[in-house]
Amino acid sequence: MIPPAFDYVRPTSVDEAVRALAEGGEEAKVLAGGQSLLPLLRLRLAFPELVVDVGRIPGLRGVREDGDMLVIGAMTTHHDVVHDPLVRRHAGLLAAATATVADPAVRHRGTLAGSLAHADPAGDLPAVVLALDGEMVAQGPRGRRTIAARDFFVDYLQSSLEPDELLVEVRLPKADGWGFHYEKFHRVSQSWAMVGVAALVRRADGHIAEARIGLTNMSSVPLRATATEQALTGAGDAEAVARAAESAAEGTHASQDASATPEYREHLTRVLTRRAVLAAAGMG
Amino acid sequence: MTHISVKVDGTTYEDDVEPRLLLVHYLRDRLGLTGTPIGCDTSNCGACTVELDGVSVKSCSVLAVQADGSEVTTVEGLAHDGELTALQRAFHDKHALQCGYCTPGMLMAARDLLREHPHPTTDEIRHALEGNLCRCTGYQNIVRAVQAASEEEVPA
Amino acid sequence: MTDQAVQGEVGRARPRKEDARLITGQTNWTDNISVNGLLHMAILRSPMAHARITRVDVSPALERPGVVAAFSGADLAEGLNSLPCAWPVTEDIVLPDHPPIAVDEVRHAGDPVALVVARDRYAATDALEAIEVDYDPLPPVLDLEAALADDSPLVHSDKGTNRCYVWPLKTGEDFDSVRQRAEVTVKRRYVHQRLIPNAMEPRAVVVTPLAASGEYTLYSATQIPHILRVMMAVVTGIPEHKIRVIAPDVGGGFGSKLQVYGEEALALAVARRIGRPVKWTESRSEGYLATHHGRGMIQDIEIAANRDGKLLGLKVDLLTDMGAYLMLVTPGIPILGAFMYPAIYKMDSYDFTCTGVFTTRTPTDAYRGAGRPEATYAIERIMDELAHELGLDPVELRRRNWIGHEEFPYTSIAGLTYDTGNYEAATEKALALFDYDKLRAEQADRNSRGDTVRLGIGVSTYTEMCGLAPSRVLRDLRYAAGGWEAASIRMLPTGKVEVITGTSPHGQGHVTSWSQIAADVLGVPFEDVEVVHGDTKAAPQGMDTYGSRSLVVGGSAVHHAAVKVVDKARKIAAHLLEASEQDLEFSGGVFSVKGSPDARKTIQEIAFETFTSHDLPDGLEPSINAEHLLDPENFSYPHGTHLCAVEVDTETGQTRIRSYVCVDDVGKVVNPTIVEGQVHGGLAQGIAQALYEEAVYDDEGNLVSGTMADYLVPSAPDLPEFTTERTETPSTTNPLGVKGVGEAGTIASTPAVVNAIVDALRPFGVDDVRMPCTPERVWRAVRSGMEASA
Repeated sequence: MIPPAFDYVRPTSVDEAVRALAEGGEEAKVLAGGQSLLPLLRLRLAFPELVVDVGRIPGLRGVREDGDMLVIGAMTTHHDVVHDPLVRRHAGLLAAATATVADPAVRHRGTLAGSLAHADPAGDLPAVVLALDGEMVAQGPRGRRTIAARDFFVDYLQSSLEPDELLVEVRLPKADGWGFHYEKFHRVSQSWAMVGVAALVRRADGHIAEARIGLTNMSSVPLRATATEQALTGAGDAEAVARAAESAAEGTHASQDASATPEYREHLTRVLTRRAVLAAAGMG
Repeated sequence: MTHISVKVDGTTYEDDVEPRLLLVHYLRDRLGLTGTPIGCDTSNCGACTVELDGVSVKSCSVLAVQADGSEVTTVEGLAHDGELTALQRAFHDKHALQCGYCTPGMLMAARDLLREHPHPTTDEIRHALEGNLCRCTGYQNIVRAVQAASEEEVPA
Repeated sequence: MTDQAVQGEVGRARPRKEDARLITGQTNWTDNISVNGLLHMAILRSPMAHARITRVDVSPALERPGVVAAFSGADLAEGLNSLPCAWPVTEDIVLPDHPPIAVDEVRHAGDPVALVVARDRYAATDALEAIEVDYDPLPPVLDLEAALADDSPLVHSDKGTNRCYVWPLKTGEDFDSVRQRAEVTVKRRYVHQRLIPNAMEPRAVVVTPLAASGEYTLYSATQIPHILRVMMAVVTGIPEHKIRVIAPDVGGGFGSKLQVYGEEALALAVARRIGRPVKWTESRSEGYLATHHGRGMIQDIEIAANRDGKLLGLKVDLLTDMGAYLMLVTPGIPILGAFMYPAIYKMDSYDFTCTGVFTTRTPTDAYRGAGRPEATYAIERIMDELAHELGLDPVELRRRNWIGHEEFPYTSIAGLTYDTGNYEAATEKALALFDYDKLRAEQADRNSRGDTVRLGIGVSTYTEMCGLAPSRVLRDLRYAAGGWEAASIRMLPTGKVEVITGTSPHGQGHVTSWSQIAADVLGVPFEDVEVVHGDTKAAPQGMDTYGSRSLVVGGSAVHHAAVKVVDKARKIAAHLLEASEQDLEFSGGVFSVKGSPDARKTIQEIAFETFTSHDLPDGLEPSINAEHLLDPENFSYPHGTHLCAVEVDTETGQTRIRSYVCVDDVGKVVNPTIVEGQVHGGLAQGIAQALYEEAVYDDEGNLVSGTMADYLVPSAPDLPEFTTERTETPSTTNPLGVKGVGEAGTIASTPAVVNAIVDALRPFGVDDVRMPCTPERVWRAVRSGMEASA
C-alpha cells in the first residue's frame, strides 16, 4: 500500500523541530526511525498533514552517563542500544529486551524513544523502561520537562507528550547489581509479544531484597506487577518466588485477539513472571 | 516535492520526490532498479531489504527523503564485473532459492549478519534472518548457504 | 525405441540454471514490467462481507490529479462474462454467476466494487478514497453447518440454497454392515482452518494493447498461462488468437496462481476500453482478501476395525467451504482428496460424501496439496486414535494394514491402482534415522517424572495421487480440460537445443531438470540446452504447472520428444553414413556404425545437415525437431513416512519441534538437490498449518488476520532442521520412473506434527487439538484433561 500525502520538514535543531510541531498542531507527526509510523502510513491507518523528520538533528543519537543516570538520546537506534557498552553495563535488561524487538533491519532504523512515544502496550520496551523506573525528557515551546515512565503511558498508543513536544532523551537510573531477565512469549519469532515480563531483581543475603516487574501487553498501557513485587521481598527460594508470581496478573486488563484470550494471557503472566524472576535472581 | 541526492550501487542520483515516496518505490519506479522486490505492506517479509549507509534496512519502511545524502546498496550492486560474492555463490551452490523472490532480501540480511558476525552458528543465522520470509525453501538451504559463505575468507 | 545414451545427467545434483539472474536481481517479475504510457489500476473493495450495492459514484475520483479513468462494476458489466469454474463436479451443482467486479451485490470482504486508472500507483490509490459507495448490509454466512439450515441467509439468493453440491463415492461392502461386524469403531471430527497461500510475489498483471490490430499481451504472475489465455477469451470476448499470455518470472504459487482472476479480466477490459497499457499489483493485505484461500473443511470420519487392528472400513463426511464463488477448480479440490482417505491401507468398505457450502468469505481453491493434505490428515489422525483405543503402537497399527510391497500393483478400495511402492522400506529407514525406540524411552521417563515439558512422537505415512492427470479420468470427474502436457525440441543449426515446454515453472527449477532430461536422451551437453516456457507465443501448447504434475507429465513429454528427435536423426545419420538404421548405435550424442567405429556423426552435425538440407534422404522433411503431447496413462503415487518429535511445555502450551525425519519415495529422481528443496518447502508449509497459520474471520465476516503482521508465516527460527532421506521405487507408468514431489512434504507433515502433540498430551487424556495448535489451545487441552481426570 501507499502512504497518504503529507508535508515534510527536516529540522536541524530541536528548537526548529518544536516550532514545526507547534505549527502543525494535532496533524503533525514526528518521524524518527519510522519503523512504527511507516507501516501505519502504508496501511492508511494514520493521515498526518505534516511529518517532522528529526533524524538529522545533531546530538540526538548516542548514550552517555550523567551521574547515576544513563542518558539515551532520542535518535539512538535499537541496534545502538543492544551493542552499547554503557547500556549493557548499567541497563542490561534494556539491551536484552531490545535484542528481541522485531528483526535486525528494523532494529537498525527503529529507536528506543520512538518505541516509547508510540506507546504500544504490545511493544517490548515500554514495560522495560517502566520496570527500570526510567524517565522521559520532552522539549516543547514551554521548555523541557521530565516525565516519569509511570506517568508517560496514558492509553493505547497514547503518551503524555503534548502534540508540540518532542521526546529528546530517555533517562534510566543505573541498575548496577540488579539481576534481570526479559521473558517474551510469542507465537512466531517476528510476531508481537503475546505477553512479556521484564524482571529486575536485587538480592541481598541470598534473598530477594527488591524486585521490579514490568508487563508487556497486559493492558492498554504497560503495567508493573506491584502485588508480586511486594510479595517477592524476602523471597529466598523458588517456591517463594512461585507463590509471589501467583499474583502477577492482578490489576491487568488483557485484550482478546486472534492469538489469545485474556484468561490465557493472565495465566501466562503468572508463569512467565515466575520464570523471569527466577532467571533474574539466578535461582532458575 | 523534496530534492534528494542518493548514491545507489555506486551511481549518484538527484531527484525531486514526493516526501511520501517509499525508498523501494524510488528504486523500482524512478531508478528502474527492479532487482529489489516488494512482498508486503507491514515490513514483515524483508524481500525489499537493502543496505543503507552500511546497514540492512527494509526499503519499504524508509522514505526516499530519509535516504537523502546516503549510500544505498541493492542486490544489483553486489557482484562486480560479473564476479559474484561468496554469499551469492553459496546461495547457488546450496540451492538456497527456488522462486527467488525473497533472495535479494535474504542476501542483504545475510550480508549484514556476516559483517557483524563473520562466523555465526546455525542458530544465530536463523535469528539474523527472522525478518525475512521465504515460502519455498523451508529455510534449511538458506541457512546452509550462509554458513558456507561464512567459511570463506571474504564472505559478504 | 531408441538406444539410451547414458550420460548420467538424470540423477545428478546440478545447481540450477535459473539462479544466475535471481541472485543478481536481474529479474522479470510482472511488477517490474514497464512500457511507455503505462497506467496503474487500483481497485476499491468491499469493506463488508455481504451487502447490496445501492450506489456507486466514481466521478469524484475523476477529479483527482493523474486519474485517467474510473469505473464501477456496472460500467464494465457489458463485455465481461462470468469468471469460469472449470470443474462442476456434479450434474446438479449450483453454479453462481461470478462477475469480475461486483455490480449489485458484494459477497465477501474484498469483493471488487470500483476501480481507478491513473498515471502512477500513488495517484491511483489516492483516488480510490474519492469514490462514493452506498451499501445495504445483508447478513453474512459464515458457519458451514448453519449455512445448510433451511432458515439460513443465502450467499446467492437466486439459487435458493447455500449447498453447492453433494459428491458421493461408495465402494466395497456397505459401511453400515461393516460397522456392525467391527469389534471397534472410532469416530472423530477434524477441522482444517482456512489458509492463505502467501506466495512471496504478490499477484500482478500488465496488459499492453495494440489498438490497431486488436491484439493484447497479458503478463501475469500466474501458474497457468495457457489455461488463462483460453479463459480470458471466454470472459472478455477477445478472440483467443488475439491474446498472448506471458508468465514472466513468477515468485511462487502453491496453487494461489492456479487461477483465473477477476483482476486479469479487468485489466484486459480496461486496456480495451481506454487503449492504454495497464498494470495492477496487489498489496499483500489486498491479496489476503483477493487471492484465493486454501483448505477450510470440517471432516467427520469413522473407522471400523477388529481388535487385532485389522481395518474393515472407513466413512468420511466432509463439509467444505467454497467461499463466496466457485473459482477455477474450487469444487474439485476436496474431490482430489476423495480417493486418498484410504491412503496406503487395505480395507473392505469406503463410504465418502463431500458437501460444498457457500459462505461470505474469499473463495477457496487449490493450496499446496489440494485435497490430499486434508485426506491424509484425517486418516493419519484417526489411525493414531485407533491405535490408542487398541493399545497398539501407532507404527505397528499402520504396519498391520498397509499394502505389502509384494502386492503392487494394487487397486485401492477407492479404485486407484497404485503402480509401485514400498511402505515397509521407507518406514524402516525413517524409524532408524529418528531413533524411535530411544525417544519412546525418553517419553516414558518424562511422563513418569511428571515433567512439565512432555515429549510427543508423531508418525504419518501417506501416498498421494500426482501427475495430474489421465484425460479420461478427468472426463469422468467432470473436469473441463485434459491432463496432457506438451513438449517440443528444436535442434538449432549450431547444435544447441531449445526445449519448449507447456509447463510453467515458478520456482520448481524446470529449466534445470528439463535440460538434464533432454541432455541425456540427446547426448548433448547440459549447458547447450535452453528451456522456453511461460509464453503462449513461444510455447503455444500446455496445461501448465500444478498438482505435482510437471515432471511426471511434462518432463516425460520432454523425454518422448527427445526420443523422437533421435529417431529422426537416425534416418539422416544412416543416409550420411551409408548404413542401415539397424546397424547404427547411438551413444553420447554420436551415431556410429556397428563394427566401424570411425564411421560416426554427432547429433549436432545432423542438426546442421537439416539446416543446409544439401544431402538428405529423398522424401524426408529437413528437420529433426520433434513434438510430443503426452496424456498420462495413470496417476503417479509417491509415498513416504514422516516422524516428528515435539516438546510441549504444558505450563504455557508452547510446542517446539525437536526433530523431524522424513523418508519420501518419489520414484526416480532427476535432480536430488531440487527434490530435497521441494521437500523442505513442503514441510515448512505443512508444519505451518499445524502450528501457526489461520485466516481468522470475525462474526461479521471481516478477515481479522488481514496483514502479514497478523497471519503468522513462520520465519527461519520457527522451523527445525529437517532430516530428509529417500527410498526409490520407480513408477512404471512413465518413462522416467518419476512420481512427483511438489506436495509430498506438505501432505505428510501436518498430521505428523499434530499426532506428536496429541501423543505428548495423551497422559492428560487429550485426544485432539484443533489446528493451528496455538499455545492457548494446547494449554486448554491440558487443563481440561487434568480437570476431567481430577
